[in-house]
Amino acid sequence: MDTDSAKSVASIWIGCVLLGFLVGLPWLTNLLDAHYYLDLVRRTLILSIAASSLNLLVGYGGMVALGHAGFMGVGAYTVAALTHAGFNSGWWLFGTATVVSAFFAAVIGAIALRTRAVHFIMLTLACGQLLYYVGVSLRIYGSDDGYNLPAPLDLGFGLTTGDNAAFYWLVLGAALAIFAAIFHLIDSRFGIALRAVKDNEVRMTALGYPVQKIRLRTFILAGALAGLSGAFLIAHNNFVTPGVMHWTQSANFIAMLVLGGLGYRWGGVVGVVVWLFLEEFLRQITTHWHWPLGLILIAIVLIAPRGLCSLIPSTLRSRNHG
Amino acid sequence: MSAQFIAEQLLHGLGYGLMLFLMAAGLTLVFGIMDTLNLSHGSLFMLGAYLSATVHQYTDSFVTSIVVAIVGTIAVAALLEAALIRRLYSASHLVQVVATMGVIYVADDLVMMIWGEAPVMASTPAELGGPIYLMADWPYPAYRFLVLGAGLSVAALLYFLVNHSRLGMLVRAGASDRQMAELMGLRVKRIFMLVFAMGAALAGLAGSLMGPITAVQVGMGESIMIPALAVIVIGGIGSIRGALIAAVLVGVVEALGKAFGPYLLTTWFSAATTADVLPAVTSMLMFVLMIAVLMFKPRGLFPAHG
Repeated sequence: MDTDSAKSVASIWIGCVLLGFLVGLPWLTNLLDAHYYLDLVRRTLILSIAASSLNLLVGYGGMVALGHAGFMGVGAYTVAALTHAGFNSGWWLFGTATVVSAFFAAVIGAIALRTRAVHFIMLTLACGQLLYYVGVSLRIYGSDDGYNLPAPLDLGFGLTTGDNAAFYWLVLGAALAIFAAIFHLIDSRFGIALRAVKDNEVRMTALGYPVQKIRLRTFILAGALAGLSGAFLIAHNNFVTPGVMHWTQSANFIAMLVLGGLGYRWGGVVGVVVWLFLEEFLRQITTHWHWPLGLILIAIVLIAPRGLCSLIPSTLRSRNHG
Repeated sequence: MSAQFIAEQLLHGLGYGLMLFLMAAGLTLVFGIMDTLNLSHGSLFMLGAYLSATVHQYTDSFVTSIVVAIVGTIAVAALLEAALIRRLYSASHLVQVVATMGVIYVADDLVMMIWGEAPVMASTPAELGGPIYLMADWPYPAYRFLVLGAGLSVAALLYFLVNHSRLGMLVRAGASDRQMAELMGLRVKRIFMLVFAMGAALAGLAGSLMGPITAVQVGMGESIMIPALAVIVIGGIGSIRGALIAAVLVGVVEALGKAFGPYLLTTWFSAATTADVLPAVTSMLMFVLMIAVLMFKPRGLFPAHG
């Protein structure tokens, strides 16, 4: 057996152990009475969904969007609005939130994708801020103060999103399914075309590929997934404020993504995990926990501009693109 | 609603627009020449405001406070340029966004450590505390009048410098085609350092002038950065003229929104709803303006690149 396949066997083993750990985590935290950590991992998974969708958009599609948090807000506020109207089935709410976010992404994408580069950055930022201000002006959902879910969402089988373990497994399952779907997509014909559009738009247009359509579809998919992540987030916190849509949140996601590694399969997830871990850690030792994060961002950009994933020996990681 | 009220709102808008222009002028040249998106420009604005508020408090001299603010901001900017920004020129916009976000994090925390979390009171200079009379029965705050005057004179100075001086010619050459300018023997990097320092000085000036009008607090840099970025995109990247026109446009549109918004909104909504949505709607106007301009002119009104 050559060393390459030995190493890929090793990475499969690592994957299995990690998966087992994640699935078994609720029992473990229950045993150790460390419910806080289950909460933390669930939040990490939820944010990882959003970061991975942004990775698809920025890392593989080359579309630097600075308004992605806006779609999370759309998802969260869809859940808030429907709960306020009396609906309580988690499955329907999560589904509707995804569809509504996809619709918003279609409209915003159609506007923003008419431009490129920095103008695209600014247009997505503008649209994200518009969504933020809509959230601020919605008095019925609490304006600036935010909206509290009146009760946990119903998941059927007598379970709700208030059941820590059940909701955790739901989020874990959804996240794994979404990661698998994204990985499948980037190796599909569509994904290859998307990456080619990023590398050379003119050539792809000349070859007859519907460049705009490919971009717009990716934008809609990324927006929909961010919306689902936002819907999970409101169920996780039982709470949402317009702050989730602010442009600094979108910028934070970009920062996490660059930290993890843009255009690497696990770039978004690694970025979120490291970012949240650092945040937790720094918060415990100092009240001024922003500046070390800032220095880390600057250091990453100067030392390893392709992110943490680029530091992992290439034999141990699955094929990268980008 | 009297004509005087509208005129007053327009003057407010013009004043705000001119301050935006001071922010945008440096930003648009840095962007135009070096293709570098510097989000931390707002931190220099914040620094200017804090420095002048503190110096004004201790020396009681408004002029000293502004001079110290400008010099201090230039010094910090020079440090920033040498330590970080210089390494970002050839990087992608994305990397620039992330690195300068990092600078914002550091700057906000440092300011919080030095000055504390509570907003700092920046007082208006005593001589300018009262109103002046633009007409017999039309008082206008003297300090706002000073801001207006300072903004207009700096804009005129900058216009002259960029459009009618040798240095300005070199700057414009760098902004419209950097590679060609370099091939013609222009030392773009040296010019650029000068432009960066000038931009920092303008940001510091804007910060110290805006201090007494708005709250001097952490986060003020981020909240002026977005309008300033909108201004350079609307005006066309790299163009001083575009930045001036767009800045005044944004300032006036916001002022008119505040003036006419309540009257327009009450025709559609109840008074209570109007009160709820009004602040958000006026904040949205700028973005709507930007989206509208980019729809018809995707490169802004007066792009510098041929």
